Amino acid sequence: LPATRSAVAGAQVMDKPTAYGDVTSYNNFYEFGTDKADPARNAHTLKPRPWSVTVEGECKRPQTFDLDALLKLAPMEERIYRMRCVEGWSMVIPWVGWSLAELMKKVEPTGNAKYVQFFTLADKAQMPGIRSSVLDWPYTEGLRLDEALHPLTLLAFGLYGEVLPNQNGAPVRLVVPWKYGFKSAKSIVKIRLVEKQPVSSWERAAAQEYGFFSNVNPAVDHPRWSQASERRIGEDGLFAKKRPTLMFNGYEPQVGQLYAGMDLKKFY
Amino acid sequence: MNKLLLHPLAKPVLWLALSAPLASLVWGAFQNTLGANPAEALIRALGDWTLRLLVLTLAITPVRHWTGWHALARFRRNVGVAAFLYATLHWLAYAWLDQGLSLAALWQDVVKRPFILVGTLAWLMLLPLAATSFNSAMKALGGRAWQRLHQLSYAIILLGLLHFFWMRAGKNDFAEVAVYAALVAVLLGWRLKRQRSR
Repeated sequence: LPATRSAVAGAQVMDKPTAYGDVTSYNNFYEFGTDKADPARNAHTLKPRPWSVTVEGECKRPQTFDLDALLKLAPMEERIYRMRCVEGWSMVIPWVGWSLAELMKKVEPTGNAKYVQFFTLADKAQMPGIRSSVLDWPYTEGLRLDEALHPLTLLAFGLYGEVLPNQNGAPVRLVVPWKYGFKSAKSIVKIRLVEKQPVSSWERAAAQEYGFFSNVNPAVDHPRWSQASERRIGEDGLFAKKRPTLMFNGYEPQVGQLYAGMDLKKFY
Repeated sequence: MNKLLLHPLAKPVLWLALSAPLASLVWGAFQNTLGANPAEALIRALGDWTLRLLVLTLAITPVRHWTGWHALARFRRNVGVAAFLYATLHWLAYAWLDQGLSLAALWQDVVKRPFILVGTLAWLMLLPLAATSFNSAMKALGGRAWQRLHQLSYAIILLGLLHFFWMRAGKNDFAEVAVYAALVAVLLGWRLKRQRSR
């Protein structure tokens, strides 16, 4: 998947990228099982082609995009982002894709559009994990419109210069680098522009643990563990010290103003 | 069967079996085959084996009664001690690999996170049992007092289950917890029933 280096501010972190083998073998993708080794084992049943993404709701030009159209919709950029999981580990991943804002321009949100909702595929035939009742399917996530339009918010089609492996959310996924990883919905089939704040899957499952915003924040702990530090996957083996977690995962200069005046302890 | 269980090699074989999971974990750590997050894999596997061995310890008496293999009784203390050793390694691995052996971090974590507190409590409760697992301690306490003290294991397995349940609760993933809970319910239920019918 050819791409050029992204010039978006914050899109090229200096940290050493996590090994391809780790990025593609240690995943949370419950549609393929709850163990982190499950997606790599089970996701071969996902058929990433043919694929289309429907954009609907509060926009002037609702439409369904074929995957091939999406691949050509905007120039592909390579962006090296930190990825911080809510569980307390992190990776550095070279993604390939373009800003979600490009897609939003095509559909022209109306004045009523305040939030954007994302839906992951939920197909029993392709996804063995759907049989379990761990979450309500389909998996849904949401962003405020200004978050969705932020240039760092990426619609990704590849990683390490290759097409996305199934376990990483093929063929198209969201990447929001300043939020906990679960906000970045995988294998997206539908995007809906809405007026009211939508309820995300993890919020529905445990609202006191997973808020709508879920910005990476070392000062706001998960009820059952601290978020002050993180383990960087693949770094210096078993006895590596954890590293301190950065506010907004280190993207504060780029995204801090989105939350000016907000009580981030209340809106976690 | 009883004859086989009384064979002089039975105990060495048992200890070989009990140390096999640990050996495979240590091997995996050195060969770097524990996956992308070896610290997490190690801590979790040690916890899994602690729970399994605690269940196994509690299973010995009922199984003895169901099968008539009364010679199993001589293994109960061994399995219990092994459970304690895995629990200790589980806690040490957590303290070292997850908390960097920082006392301040450990204290904060234990008081802040209920599932860590409960797990730590369960481990602390294992200490008096491990300390009295020698023949001399057994004699000093006397059989009845020893038995009463070791009934703490019922509370320990329940705390262990709660610890595991809370750990998985964050991911809404209770399938495995349910299996252990069912086993524990059978093993403790059998004891309750027996006590009532006496």
